Amino acid sequence: MPIKAKLFITCLGEQFFPSVLKGMVRLLERLGVECEFPETQTCCGQPFYNSGLQSEGRHLARRWLRTFGAGDPTAYIVAPSGSCVDFVKHHYAELFPEDSRERALAQDLAARTYEFSQFVVNVLQVTDVGARFPHKVAYHAPCHARRGLGVRDEPKQLLRAVHGLELVPLEDEEVCCGFGGIFSVIYPEVSKAMMEAKVKNVQASGAEFVVIGEPGCLMNVAGGLHKVGSPVRAVHLIEILASDGGAR
Amino acid sequence: MISRIDFRANTQRVPPNIPVATQKNAKTALVHREEVVEPLGEVYWESLRQAAHDLRLHAITHLDTYLPMLEEKVTKAGGVVHWASDAADARRIVQEIATARGVRRIVKVKSMATEEIELNHALQDAGLRVVESDLGEFIVQLAGEKPSHIIAPALHMTKEDIAALFREKLRVDAPPDPQVLTGIARTRLREEFLSADMGISGGNFLIAETGTLVILTNEGNGRMCTTLPPVHTALVGIDKVIPDWQSLSVLLKVLARSATGQKMTCYVSFITGIAEEGPREFHLVLLDNGRTRILQDERARETLLCIRCGACLNICPVYNHVGGHAYGATYPGPIGAILSPQLLGTQIAGDLPFASSLCGACAEICPVKIPIPEILLHLRHRVVEGDEIERAVASPMVRAAGALGAFAFGVPRMFTLGARVLKVVQAPFRRDGWLPVLPPPANRWTMVRPFPAFRADFRAWWKEHYLNREGAKNAKKEK
Repeated sequence: MPIKAKLFITCLGEQFFPSVLKGMVRLLERLGVECEFPETQTCCGQPFYNSGLQSEGRHLARRWLRTFGAGDPTAYIVAPSGSCVDFVKHHYAELFPEDSRERALAQDLAARTYEFSQFVVNVLQVTDVGARFPHKVAYHAPCHARRGLGVRDEPKQLLRAVHGLELVPLEDEEVCCGFGGIFSVIYPEVSKAMMEAKVKNVQASGAEFVVIGEPGCLMNVAGGLHKVGSPVRAVHLIEILASDGGAR
Repeated sequence: MISRIDFRANTQRVPPNIPVATQKNAKTALVHREEVVEPLGEVYWESLRQAAHDLRLHAITHLDTYLPMLEEKVTKAGGVVHWASDAADARRIVQEIATARGVRRIVKVKSMATEEIELNHALQDAGLRVVESDLGEFIVQLAGEKPSHIIAPALHMTKEDIAALFREKLRVDAPPDPQVLTGIARTRLREEFLSADMGISGGNFLIAETGTLVILTNEGNGRMCTTLPPVHTALVGIDKVIPDWQSLSVLLKVLARSATGQKMTCYVSFITGIAEEGPREFHLVLLDNGRTRILQDERARETLLCIRCGACLNICPVYNHVGGHAYGATYPGPIGAILSPQLLGTQIAGDLPFASSLCGACAEICPVKIPIPEILLHLRHRVVEGDEIERAVASPMVRAAGALGAFAFGVPRMFTLGARVLKVVQAPFRRDGWLPVLPPPANRWTMVRPFPAFRADFRAWWKEHYLNREGAKNAKKEK
């Protein structure tokens, strides 16, 4: 029996990074995973919950549970985002009363939901996905993946196994880029200062690419780099892993 | 009574030198911390944090046991215990102690609790001379400012700023040399210590089993204030009580390391009532000022575990870019963002739970493992939807917009239709795959960096991909 994975594409992934999603499908299939796409998915509810709108967050969580609770109960759920996975894993259950059917389902699904790099390295036990990317690359550690899910070395293991890739250190790699969801629009001046500090470090790293495996942080830092006309490009981890070296 | 804290307005008028000094000083503190935490090893450090968390949680959830025990022991040792339910109560008690003893001159040990109740103003208004004796507090008092950090009050200032301040206010020749500046302050303070009628301190811990007040300092000023004047008054939050000396040994291990990057502070003073030498009177004012209300909220009560080390401020990227004053309240940084809304109410401090990117660095460094991001989320909910503690203070517009958004996000057809519409509407504004300008309120994003163009096409791609895949499978089967 092949390993099955339901694709949790996330709302930001769907709107802004469809190439990352296609890369994720190709990569998983190359690694022998049978992908499913639950079509009724929209948003996990985190943007609402984090804005203080818990009722709305709960409403969307309930929808998500229905969507991903249907079908094969043994399938994994895999997302190109640590933040959305962290929300499902660590906040869904408490949104519903103890002993409720929804809480039980939330706990069950949480245990099978994975951020992409952790799924590949820890579940599939693969680090070399056969990619080629002859460039200097720096790695930014997204906060929720790192502190919420404990993603530490997995993305770097995957990057180190990419042929031709040189991983260069990034000063303050674990410091927040200033995205923070609604934080970035409630307090744009502070978000800007944090983003600019990140962009400065990225530029000082000497990298041609900075890897950010998180859609929210990616749109923030990529936008910041674009604004200053930097030649450095921000890319999702999956874009590098799906690369064969010449296709970019 | 302070007015509503407008965090955004505050962040818009941060003088450019403040983030520079804050980042430099906070980074130094973090480097020193790492030098004394790292050698302990992660496993031991984590077990110390857990122990510190557990015993603090035990203490604050058993105040009914430990506070009476403390009162009994302090009284037995010759001290006097006073109970202050709020700030006004506490100010009145301290003022009465001063008046009854003809006190004119007061020297103070650094204390956030006295900042919280704005004690200095009250005493000065009553005609008393009050001088801060911690170097950082001395500087901040001279500047007429408030502390910007809970253990390093003048963290936002450089040595050049301080030299200029001394030249202006003290009319002395002050070079930007920390040793010389400290010397100037020391000379001034010596006179104050020797002529003071009362010393006022806060307290880092109160040990219930022996009735002992614990004060950690590095400059020796704490001992001057608590031994030279004939009267010593300590104002301490009721949350500072711990059961016993064993608990203290754990907390001392994590506190100095997290705060100043020391294994132990230069002075650790233990004061149990009165002794043959030293002050003739010892008064302990136990301050509630909202703490018991916080305790009733199970989801936020861990706020009270705080031992005021300041590590969460040092590591916080938001704090580092805005400085402590932007938080507009006594306690800045991540701990302030959860403590201030609970002490002052969300009417006043409702902005602060949102003054965080939820990066979680604070919770990771906290020596007593306060789940700061979780409490921030809890308080955001209080602000927007209201809870059993307070009614919602956010505009009903926020809720209406949220409900509308959640409705649209909750119907897949509307969600995908919306994406298609946005792709069409954006076309004239699109430049190199980016949207440089968006209308309000989304312009708050584009004033900082462009917004990525809407480009959803995965669903269509998947349909085709899926059909091809199934087609290939069926072809295989037929063979």
